[in-house]
Formats: sequence, structure tokens, C-alpha cells
Amino acid sequence: MVTLGSFLAGMLGSLTGLGGGVVIVPLLTLVFGVDIRYAIGASLVSVIATSSGAAAAYLREGYSNMRVGMFLEIATTVGAVSGAFLAGYLHTSIIAIVFGVVLLYSAYTTTLKQVDVAAGTAPDRIATTLRLDGSYPTDDGPKSYHVRNVPLGFGLMYVAGVLSGLLGIGSGAVKVLAMDQAMKIPFKVSTTTSNFMIGVTAAASAGIYLRRGYIDPGLAMPVMLGVLAGALVGAKILPEAKVRTLRIVFGVVIAALAIEMIFQGVRGKL
Amino acid sequence: MNRVSDDTSGAGRVDDKSVEVFLGRLLRWGVLLAALVVFIGGVWFVAESYEVPQNYRTFRGEPVELRAVPQIVHQAIALRPLGLIQFGLLLLIATPVARVLFSVLGFALERDWMYVVITVLVFALLIYTLTSRSGI
Repeated sequence: MVTLGSFLAGMLGSLTGLGGGVVIVPLLTLVFGVDIRYAIGASLVSVIATSSGAAAAYLREGYSNMRVGMFLEIATTVGAVSGAFLAGYLHTSIIAIVFGVVLLYSAYTTTLKQVDVAAGTAPDRIATTLRLDGSYPTDDGPKSYHVRNVPLGFGLMYVAGVLSGLLGIGSGAVKVLAMDQAMKIPFKVSTTTSNFMIGVTAAASAGIYLRRGYIDPGLAMPVMLGVLAGALVGAKILPEAKVRTLRIVFGVVIAALAIEMIFQGVRGKL
Repeated sequence: MNRVSDDTSGAGRVDDKSVEVFLGRLLRWGVLLAALVVFIGGVWFVAESYEVPQNYRTFRGEPVELRAVPQIVHQAIALRPLGLIQFGLLLLIATPVARVLFSVLGFALERDWMYVVITVLVFALLIYTLTSRSGI
């Protein structure tokens, strides 16, 4: 049952680009009645599996920017450690409520159209010093871009890391927000770079969860295998799928789960 | 990726792109290996314990031997099913860590010392989280 649910979560996650993590925790806690700490531990493991599993395909295309990824990873990993630290002290109902709110935000972003923001045109002093500017392949040959607002992007990445460590999710939505909206990095570059960062961020929190005894092998095993298989199948059928409809359906499901999480959290049932 | 290294002074033609393709393959094999170990441990675990209902409703935390790297490795070598699963999960956690480590080498071959330092920082933090005594 858990394997099947995780398989569906992984498939939907890869089809909609949201990742399986956002559904694993509500699925395990609300449907299977698992303690939220075990659920977060299992979810983190599945987040790493999908991130590393998808990296080969992403890296070959040559969109991702390693310097941007590595530099921002300082922020996300420090954030992940803070988030995992917080998770040990906050009451589980508060974690459930925060989770619900983040889930609502994710549901909202699935309904948005993916529009490429105007790429940064002028060089930015900090970005130049850090050699963050890059180029990516297009039909008309390589196109270069300038990275903007580095401090704001760095700060948002810290927040993404905290959420990842606290809730066991990839925080892909916040990462893309930081890179697209704040740093004006082209959409293709930010999604592929974000995929790479998600794995490293989740590994930082997973280490702490493992040391704390929050990662249960009996539970993480079906979740990891299910999500991984689901993500592989999802990537295979992606070209033929009606992604737009799926995103809306998925958005509604997530919103419903989010409200239920908040409700149960307020009642102190999780 | 972007900058093709114009360094021809002995380090050879190493650029971000070839490093990334190598890393991509490394990650995929790492994930497949981890999944295989988890799967074997999982089948074994289910075969041994299908009569014992598992309880994840109440949080107890894992026993010490399934928490720390040396103990997990020890349990896996002793061929305990749960130890094997946990070892597979550890391999999985290690894949992004390995990616960061190889990025250090990649940046070093490109002689980009600023990024060698940045990447080493990230790597050190990852190792710290896996080895700190109390899990912070």
C-alpha cells in the first residue's frame, strides 16, 4: 500500500515538476497515520532519490550552472541544518501547520504559467566577482545571461533550506522563486540547477535525521523504491502527458491535503 | 555548461560540461546501487517479519545501531535485513555528497580556487551532519 502510494506520488511529482516530497508526508501522516517525524525522514530519502536519479538527464542537456548551484548551496545546506535542528524542538502540530501553509503555496504555484522572466541584461558587481554569469544552449546557439540580486537570492535559498530541513521536502518551488524571480536566471537553467541543489540540501538534513533516529528502514524502504519507480515511469510518459490538466488536478489535491494538514495540526492530532 | 576552460598548461581540456556528464553517470549508478541494496534488504525484511505488524503511529526513534554510520555498516556486513536497508539509504545519501566531492576535483582541475573553497565548505558541512555526535 505504501509502495503503491509512493509510486503514484513519484509519478505525479515528476510529471508536474513538483517532486514527490510534497505529497509523501501528507500521504503517510493523513492516510497511513504515520508519525510526522518518521514521515519526514522517509520523504527526505525519496527527495534525494529523485534528485540524483534525474540528474543524469538534466546534466547532459547542459542547462545547469554549477557555480550558481554550488555558491547557493552554502545557503541551502546551512538552512537545512537549521531546519533539521528546529524540527527537533518544535511540537509536531506546529510542523504540520507550517507544512500545510507551504503546501498551499506549492498548490498555488502549480496553477501559474511558467513564463521566462526578462533575463538580466546588465552585469551585477557581486555576480561578476563570483563568476556566476553563464550561458545556455538555444536553437540559435548559446545565449548568455547575467545573474542579478545575489544577496536576495542567497537569503531566499537559506529559507528554502530551512523549509527543506524542517519539512523533509525539496523546496523546489522556493528555489525556483529565488533563481527566477530574484536572480533573473532563465527558467531552464534555474529548474535544472535547482534539481541538483535539492539533492545536496536533502542530504544535509537527511544526515541529521539519520543520526537522530528519524529514518526508519522499514518505512523508508517502500517509500524510496515507490517514489523512484514512479519518477522513472513519470519521466518516460512525460512527452505524451497532458501536463497542464495534470498540474491543475495535482494543485487541487495538494490544496486539499494542505487544509487537512493545517486542520489536524490545529486539533493537535498529528 | 558555460565556460570552456582555455587552460592548456598541462591540466588538459577539462571543462564544466565534461565534469557534469561524468557526475550525472556517477549519480545514476549510485542511485541504482542504493535502490538495489534497499530492495534486497527489503525483500528479506518482509519475508522475515510479515507476521509482525509494524507500528509507525507512535514515535520511538531508531535504535542506536541504525543511527550512526559505523554501526550501520557493521549491521549490513552482519547481513541483518534492516541494516542492509539502512546501508542502502546511506549509499543514497552519499550520492549527492559524492557529487560535491567530485565537483571539488573538477574546480581544482579548472584551477578555479575560489570555487574549490566554496565547494569544500559545502562538503565539510555535509560530512559534519553525518558524523556529529548527537545529530546536533
